[in-house]
Amino acid sequence: MVVWKKLITPVDATDKTPYQRSFYVEGGNFTYAGIVSTSIKSILKQMGLPADVVRKAAIVSYESEINIVSYAKKGVIKLTVDSQTIQIEAIDEGPGIPNIDLAMQEGYSTADQKIREMGFGAGMGLCNIKNYSDTFNISSEIGKGAFLKMIIDRH
Amino acid sequence: MKLREVKEILDAEVIIGEDKLDLEVKTAFGADLMSDVLAFAKAGSLLLTGLTNDQVIRTADILDIAAIIMVRGKRPASEAIVLAKGLKIPILTTKYILFETAGRLYAKGIVGCLEKVDNASGRN
Repeated sequence: MVVWKKLITPVDATDKTPYQRSFYVEGGNFTYAGIVSTSIKSILKQMGLPADVVRKAAIVSYESEINIVSYAKKGVIKLTVDSQTIQIEAIDEGPGIPNIDLAMQEGYSTADQKIREMGFGAGMGLCNIKNYSDTFNISSEIGKGAFLKMIIDRH
Repeated sequence: MKLREVKEILDAEVIIGEDKLDLEVKTAFGADLMSDVLAFAKAGSLLLTGLTNDQVIRTADILDIAAIIMVRGKRPASEAIVLAKGLKIPILTTKYILFETAGRLYAKGIVGCLEKVDNASGRN
């Protein structure tokens, strides 16, 4: 409990000292796909944030995590919570996204069978991320990786 | 309706969550595509699915799904059982197909998380 108090106090007090934590995500390792988002959800819940806000953050984190596992070599999911927002950044090292407009189109997917067997890869992930974020940014460099930033308002 | 009643209606076997049968449920969502579940399912609903892997459990956890109903007699893999136990998510398995499962629950008053989507692209 003491540990959580340490996490929670600065977040609730002021955005000058936001809560920040980074999580490593291994590409191609489907066994643990989702474990980071489960942790993020539980952290946000313990901070006492509203259920619908926690849910939105958990969904965008989870879809981003699935994307890293599915397409990248490795990546990091960075969680930042300040007094106004929850920010989730998904930064990966991988092939990148050749055509972002196309990737954002619902139903467009380059997923293989393994991803589809998990119940993903139907070309909805990025749309879900965008829809559940209050602010959404995506950029990519071919051969280097992709960068997603999602902001969810706390109120 | 209580989860216990869902179990009876579906002649289901409780794989995890024997202690959670008093849980109250009103709505359900059925799909094998987890991105659709993430897009549409509401907290506290039943998730009817034929998928049995870890991602179903993770998806249910992310969305605060009340219980997972595996249809067509599907059973979770052992890793998924461990995960669901850890996350305290009830899993029931029924031999009814998805259509029958949904129909039987609907006939007894369980409704969908949403009736239909808003537009052609399937967004609500």
